Amino acid sequence: MTMVEEPITIIPARVGGVEVELPLGSTVLDACRRAGADLPTLCYGPTMTAANACRVCVVEVEGSRTLVPSCSRKLEEGMEIRTDSERAMHSRRLVMELLGSASELDRAGPDLERWMRQARAMSGRFGPAEPETPRVPPEPGHHRPPDTASAASVAEPARVEDELYVRDYGRCILCYRCVDACGVEHQNTFAIAVAGRGFDARISTEFDVTLPDSACVYCGNCIAVCPTGALAGKIEWDMREQGTWDESRQEVTRTVCSYCGVGCNLDLHVQDGRIVSVTSPHDHDVTLGNLCIKGRFGWMYVDSGRGV
Amino acid sequence: MDLRDLLDQPTSTERAAVDDLLGSAPSGWDGGEITPLDGHVAYGGHEARARRHLLLPALHAVQDAVGSVSKGALGYISTRLTVPPAEAYGVATFYALIDTRPRPATLIHVCDDIVCSRYGAEALKQSIEAEIGTPGATTSVGGSNVGWVPSPCLGQCDRAPAAMVHRAGTGYQNVAPAQLATLTGLQFDELPPGLIHQDRSTLTLLRRIGVVDAGSLDAYRSSGGYETLARAITMGRQDVVTALETSGLRGRGGAAFPIGLKWRGVAEAAGEEKYIIANGDESEPGTFKDRILMEGDPFAVVEAMTIAGFATGATKGFAYVRGEYPVAERRLSGAVDQAREAGLLGADVAGAGFAFDIEIRRGAGAYICGEETALFASIEGLRGEPRQKPPFPTEHGVFGKPTSVNNIETMVAALAVLDMGAEQFAAIGTERSTGPKLFCISGDVARPGLYEVPFGTTLRDLIVLAGGLREGNEVGAVLVGGAAGSFVDGDTLDMELTFEGAAEARTGLGSGAVIVFDETTDFGPVLRRIAQFFRDESCGQCVPCRIGTVRQEEALARLAADRPLGTLTDELGRLDDLAKVMTDASICGLGQTAASAIQSAFRLGLVGAAR
Amino acid sequence: MEDTDLVVLWGSNAREAHPIFFHHVLKAINNGARMFAVDPRRTSSAEWADVWLGIDVGSDIALSNTVAREIIHAGLQHHEFITHATAGFDEYAESVEPWTLQRGQEVTGVPAAAISQLAHEYASASTAQLCWTLGITEHHNATDNVLALINLALLTGHVGRYGSGLVPIRGQNNVQGGGDMGALPNRLCGFQAVADPELRGRFEEVWGCSIPGEPGKHISLMHEAMDAGELRALYVIGENPLQSEADAQTMQRRLSGLDFMVVQDLFLTATAELADVVLPAAGWGEVDGTFTSSERRVQRVRKAIDPPGDARDDIELISLVAQALGHHWPTPSAEEVWDEVRSLSWMHEGMSYQRLEDLGGLQWPCPSEDHPGTLYLHGRLWEEETGPKAPFSVVQWVPPVDTLSEEYPLRLTTGRRLDSYNTGVQSGRYPSPRRIHGVLDLSPEDAVGLGVLEGDLVRVVSRRGSLEAPVRLDRSLRPGLAFMAVHFPDDTDVNQLTIDAWDPKSGTAEFKATAVRVETLVPS
Repeated sequence: MTMVEEPITIIPARVGGVEVELPLGSTVLDACRRAGADLPTLCYGPTMTAANACRVCVVEVEGSRTLVPSCSRKLEEGMEIRTDSERAMHSRRLVMELLGSASELDRAGPDLERWMRQARAMSGRFGPAEPETPRVPPEPGHHRPPDTASAASVAEPARVEDELYVRDYGRCILCYRCVDACGVEHQNTFAIAVAGRGFDARISTEFDVTLPDSACVYCGNCIAVCPTGALAGKIEWDMREQGTWDESRQEVTRTVCSYCGVGCNLDLHVQDGRIVSVTSPHDHDVTLGNLCIKGRFGWMYVDSGRGV
Repeated sequence: MDLRDLLDQPTSTERAAVDDLLGSAPSGWDGGEITPLDGHVAYGGHEARARRHLLLPALHAVQDAVGSVSKGALGYISTRLTVPPAEAYGVATFYALIDTRPRPATLIHVCDDIVCSRYGAEALKQSIEAEIGTPGATTSVGGSNVGWVPSPCLGQCDRAPAAMVHRAGTGYQNVAPAQLATLTGLQFDELPPGLIHQDRSTLTLLRRIGVVDAGSLDAYRSSGGYETLARAITMGRQDVVTALETSGLRGRGGAAFPIGLKWRGVAEAAGEEKYIIANGDESEPGTFKDRILMEGDPFAVVEAMTIAGFATGATKGFAYVRGEYPVAERRLSGAVDQAREAGLLGADVAGAGFAFDIEIRRGAGAYICGEETALFASIEGLRGEPRQKPPFPTEHGVFGKPTSVNNIETMVAALAVLDMGAEQFAAIGTERSTGPKLFCISGDVARPGLYEVPFGTTLRDLIVLAGGLREGNEVGAVLVGGAAGSFVDGDTLDMELTFEGAAEARTGLGSGAVIVFDETTDFGPVLRRIAQFFRDESCGQCVPCRIGTVRQEEALARLAADRPLGTLTDELGRLDDLAKVMTDASICGLGQTAASAIQSAFRLGLVGAAR
Repeated sequence: MEDTDLVVLWGSNAREAHPIFFHHVLKAINNGARMFAVDPRRTSSAEWADVWLGIDVGSDIALSNTVAREIIHAGLQHHEFITHATAGFDEYAESVEPWTLQRGQEVTGVPAAAISQLAHEYASASTAQLCWTLGITEHHNATDNVLALINLALLTGHVGRYGSGLVPIRGQNNVQGGGDMGALPNRLCGFQAVADPELRGRFEEVWGCSIPGEPGKHISLMHEAMDAGELRALYVIGENPLQSEADAQTMQRRLSGLDFMVVQDLFLTATAELADVVLPAAGWGEVDGTFTSSERRVQRVRKAIDPPGDARDDIELISLVAQALGHHWPTPSAEEVWDEVRSLSWMHEGMSYQRLEDLGGLQWPCPSEDHPGTLYLHGRLWEEETGPKAPFSVVQWVPPVDTLSEEYPLRLTTGRRLDSYNTGVQSGRYPSPRRIHGVLDLSPEDAVGLGVLEGDLVRVVSRRGSLEAPVRLDRSLRPGLAFMAVHFPDDTDVNQLTIDAWDPKSGTAEFKATAVRVETLVPS
């Protein structure tokens, strides 16, 4: 086969009355953003097929009975889209409120904070969140009756099972990004999946064995896509727990990995003269934001008390 | 793929159960005996990964044999099918009928859903609890370990209370009406499909039920069976599809999509590989029509699927039978085997030069798998999570191929179209709701059961047909369409039972469930049971449904306990907000209807006084 | 890679050694591509293959020649391409003629049916990528191994096209860049021949000095020169030869026997311990410059933190050494050095720092600032004017030098593990939960035969040396095949065992094929 440049078809659509033109194959989200709408997204990741799970990006599309997830719906010619209809704004607010009522969102970053503030989302309106309890094995089709005092939550103790990862599932919003990154979208290791059903569905290894006992290869590509800090490198998690993590004091320098010859780009996050985290840019065509264990964690020799 | 070996080994029983299904392992790499050849060659890759769709059947095999799926068994299945253990675990833990923790050899599932809970289930649960203990506990009864769990609707609402018993190594048995003594005696007869109170000779869809031997192809043929296939072949593909379009037949599973349009879509879709799916995953509380059809007239389902294959060019059909319907599964399997033996399935169906065959797939306790895209995922060996539409199944269905999914009743009705002629069929009912229709009536009526009436019959007439209310009571409300439907009250009994009539009455016919509640009903527990049902059955994929169903149940529980969060108005506002987001923003019909019955009950004022 | 129809990984465990490259293979697979893996072990890469061909170590040429004969006998060779773009086909065809499937099976151990399947699918695929790494090159006949694979690509036309090519995957971040810069005995920067006076002249002009026209020595020749007492002083930059070279005992003797050795490194490596002078170098993350990756892509590397203590940038250290030797070298910036490279190497000329920055790297050749870089090489073979024809090479299979015998019955091969790298100087310094320390991997069958259990300490003995290591059972190994990783020279220095028989063309030693025996140790 040869590399053929496919001719690009441009299709028109309207977002809130504003005419936009985008290439065929674009999503409704692309169109909304083109029109300048600040639509929230959580489960959507730029390097992945839309999981279409969180529904925080729903908009109104003329002719559609239900709201439409903008991240996964392909734009069609002549679509009339409204991002700010009462119905769409209501659902987006409720989705954020529901997520906030069940999961800890304080490390989900400034974007979500802004979206929630703009939507006047009140996570507390469903009652005080149920306190942290250890996870129980799934029993699909069965659950404890509500206690009438608290709002069921996913709070559970953070899992610190090794020196590289922390899995803090009380922050998990079940966006599927880690599962997809570990799975078919990127890493294809499939160490984690969604287990259980409904509200009791959780990210889990087989029989919830610890990460070191699982198929995990510690590439950290799940961490790279987690939107809420439920998955974090241990250095970052420790610093956040200690209150020393400060992105405003961090500088990011792009370089290339020092190990094999693939040429993965790395972003070194440096705070106070020390590397505190290594990521890879999502838009780099070699990595798409992914790395292996060496790339993501193998840099620590730089900081390992050198001085010949 | 990077399969990490689970350290646990399968027991010989578990291994045998899997090997019975899959055949013995072809090499050491697949979990079989290691030979010197294995040191120099291994086959895997695409072909190995393409066996993923056998995951649920393999889990069933182990569950059937030993009552649960251990680490060793899961590991063996993973190796045999090249499925990562974490994913296999994710699938196993999706289904209520697959246990990933050890459980007693005998497990009794006691229905405590809307109808059964009003007809003996609560007492039954109490007596079982006294005998066996709380759900999850194990007691030795007659030398066998027995436990029990509550269950959602088992589709036996005409003979409540219902139970289902699973004995490891033996299989599933439905028991209805269930009594403690029968359940713990562990001796059951196979239930008949259910009583049909109408004269069979006046009926179309139900004419063979209880009259023609459901286990005999010959009996089926002597009652006119397979004449329709012959007619279809004579008509040709195009005309069959056209006839269905002309008939106005719309799907009977709830979505009411015109079948002709669906078949045309698949027939005209590009590609060779296409599928027909008969959706027998009937799980809507209050619904049992498809069970009765599958149990009582399985060959009709097979014949209809074969015609669908002929008309659309699909060569493979799946009949997806609800896991709680063991008799239906056995009957359908028997019918498929006999049909195949008689050359009515296979490479050259009836000598007419087209290929079609049917595989039976068993559900495993997941209401959501009745949703067509979730059903695809279930067949493919994934978690039964729905997918966003578009793309629609006629283009992108099971295995990503064009697929027509039709409800069992729809399939049988399609036979009626070709038998009586499209115009004749269209003349029955109303302009927009054509043909005969099955309704499952249960609750406070004198003769609960399955009834066939022409579309357009009023709700009042249907209730009269079912003997009217028990003890001469008045109607309090009727839940039309099951848990996903809506209540109508006594003032609406003259509504026409049509798609359009139901819409006018702010409800939907849904699956044809009609649950009648008399004036003495306390609707509080009914609503809470409905809320509990959706919270249990939500797949968990999308936020509105996953968390919304929880918050809805919590709010109802607070109201019942008289512990509202804020004022009553706050609670109602919260419920209203939840209803809106679930209806507007959920991926699939489950979330979109999870608040419908509850909202209708508030609208009609059914709760308040009774709270 | 993503768009190819067939991937052959031959002597490459990319899943572990080049994980992100393997992501691209996985994309191809998920797009429907078929995959074959040729490897003595059924590695985690091979587990993804539609067919894994478990060859005996060192039988690659036998397999390649058998595949070639099968393609030719099935008439599946690319006739037009062979006629248009290649030379020497007839002689080649004749040379592979004895390699029947039966003989191939006997020599490689791989069933004839699997060999035949590889031949037919590779030849019939519309596009195919043939990838290899050290499983091909760490043999005494490394170059012949590579030529044998090139033959297959020429035979089928799977070269020089989008989606079809020959893909040697580089093991080190900048080994390609080292070559680009002329860190080769016979080449100057940009692969320009030292022996060519005209080319050399350009360098002499810019550098203001004369350059010897004689090629230098590659590493194996250096070893010989040390043994002969001709090479007396060594300047080692960023290498740990004491632990990375085959036959460690001999290396120890060689390095200790030098008159003078300077080691410039980040750490006080085992080699540095033997040095007369150690220069503390600034390392990755602390310096600016470029790396060239496997796909010839030059990318910028940048300084993010200051080096510790007295450590200095390599450029500065070299300049300081030159100054100390009485030369008036300036201390240029990395970009100034790069611009000099661009002025001398036509293939790098278009790659300004600004362009590398803007475009996220460029693939050479990139001769001018309006050139987009080159996605794949050898496209000329498909053009009307092909230029020089691509020659088939007649290559004969020769078994590994270190033969198996009653005394040394096990074939030990070596390689990398996912979380580690080379001699572990860098990768040993982070807390990997996946770390498998120095162990001897044995097949479960051999372990039973030897009466050892996982974790038991054994002595591994080769004709050159011995070491002790705990046993680890590995199902990816068949009876008779053992494996050790190269990462833990301090615990289990596998190069105590390996042979320094080396390929006369490339200078690479035969790390991949050692004959050993395993002795059980009485528990102390």
